Amino acid sequence: MDAIDILVRLAWLAGAVGFVIGLIRMNSPATARNGNLLSAAGMAVAIGATGILILRDGGDATAWLIIGAGVLVGGGLGLYTARTVAMTAMPQLVSLFNAVGGGAAALIGIDEYIRLVNSPEAAPLTTTIFVVLDIVIGSVTFSGSLIASGKLMGLSITPSRPVMIPGGQLVTLALAAIVVVSAGYLFFVEDSLLVMFVIVATALVFGVTMTLPIGGADMPVVISLLNSFTGTAVAMAGFVIDNVVLIIAGALVGASGAILTKLMADAMNRSVLNIMIGGFGGGEGTVGGGGPEGGTVRSIGVDDAAIQLAYASSVIIVPGYGLAVAQAQHAVRELADLLEDRGVNVNYAIHPVAGRMPGHMNVLLAEANVPYPQLREMEDINPEFERADVALVVGANDVTNPAARRSGNPVSGMPILDVDHAKSIIVIKRSMGRGYAGIDNELYVNPKTGMLFADAKQGLADLVAAVKAV
Amino acid sequence: MTDPLLTNFIIFVLAILCGFAVISKVPATLHTPLMSGANSIHGIVLVGSMLIATSARDPLGYAIALVAVAFSAMNVVGGYVVTDRMLQMFRKRGAPAPPRPDQVAAEQAEG
Repeated sequence: MDAIDILVRLAWLAGAVGFVIGLIRMNSPATARNGNLLSAAGMAVAIGATGILILRDGGDATAWLIIGAGVLVGGGLGLYTARTVAMTAMPQLVSLFNAVGGGAAALIGIDEYIRLVNSPEAAPLTTTIFVVLDIVIGSVTFSGSLIASGKLMGLSITPSRPVMIPGGQLVTLALAAIVVVSAGYLFFVEDSLLVMFVIVATALVFGVTMTLPIGGADMPVVISLLNSFTGTAVAMAGFVIDNVVLIIAGALVGASGAILTKLMADAMNRSVLNIMIGGFGGGEGTVGGGGPEGGTVRSIGVDDAAIQLAYASSVIIVPGYGLAVAQAQHAVRELADLLEDRGVNVNYAIHPVAGRMPGHMNVLLAEANVPYPQLREMEDINPEFERADVALVVGANDVTNPAARRSGNPVSGMPILDVDHAKSIIVIKRSMGRGYAGIDNELYVNPKTGMLFADAKQGLADLVAAVKAV
Repeated sequence: MTDPLLTNFIIFVLAILCGFAVISKVPATLHTPLMSGANSIHGIVLVGSMLIATSARDPLGYAIALVAVAFSAMNVVGGYVVTDRMLQMFRKRGAPAPPRPDQVAAEQAEG
């Protein structure tokens, strides 16, 4: 190991340190951006050092051509899409970037295995194990993330509703069995390219059948899980080519994705397993239905709602998935500004899983220039509902359902926003359709609740006009 | 188990623990930027893709390496840029101040 070898490894270490400190700095909104830049700097150092290593080892012209062309095309595409994407479309882009990362990890495993098979000696068992883990996890995450991304884009081949695969669990079991048997063959019988490609193909199909049956509303959890998978695949690729920085960064992401996935699932009071197997129902509005039994729904007009809001001293806005879908973040901000001009104290109550991903609602509202300190987390804002004159619910459903406080229903135990504690409640909603959990929301039959039936964006625009006229 | 493999495995396990420790402190509001940030970190796979490009010796190897480099470059560049765009939105603004934390605490104590 000469000086350059040592320096390159130290640079990789510096890159890894950048990732860890960068993630730590992402703890707080104030330092998060700086943390991401630090992580990017670590990445630049690690990649630059790799370039020096290749120079030293006399990489030929073809290698540099491949690297140059690949970086130009891939990096250019990444830069362009990342800069032009609308913030509402960002979850599917993250999923797409996750897919290609997993794909690259799988390709490294495939490449290494081809090399091993073509060499005269038999592949060492330990390497084969890591190759198989790498290509299985990488391929599953590649096809799975593409499907997840397509579902969020609402492509017709990948509808956001759950798609039932005939024989569902049986197909999954069969695919898993094929992978296990093939892997056993590679481990204990002989090296075989054909069998390796059978594993790749099976894993790709598995990624599709795993993701298709899951409804669009559950995609955040799935994307987070796949993100964790990609990290693990990259770590496995690190074992395959004996590269320590891949192992460190991959393991970091694998762990982070796992924690994040669990947090998201917890916030929806579901287990990750439950989501992957495909628990209850489709997206909002797929389950129709009139008013909940045992109560009457009070509908409220725009003018009445506007007067309530305009003469309130404290309003808490509860934005939900419906607001994200209708892209009504600017409209809600406009209404809040108008109310503040009238001296109303406005806050936003953000449920941990509001929107399409945890924190997604914050990003959307921040895009509309809502001041960050007005965005209040659930534990922080819940005690304040009692003192709020009006709680304005825009496109949120299950996260406001008081039924969660009782046992024996699908939302039992789910942490909810205490919207029903407010002095009065206005709900902007298109219909009485059920939320993701597929049960009626008891909030809507609360005598304090007025339902304003409208699309989130239109309803807010009408309210703005009406408040102006008050 | 050979020595380098053992060393790698030790590093792997410690890095996982490190990931758990670092991540569990992040508040829910930053989860999406965090997921995106973690997503760009696994773009480190670009290092591996560059290394397999140098050892490729036939058209198939070149093709695999090219796709791998393009994929991972997209992951790295796109990941960091989109994360930065998200985080840019969290910057402070001169907007009306929310109730001060001490006020809220006092109110909560009353309630």
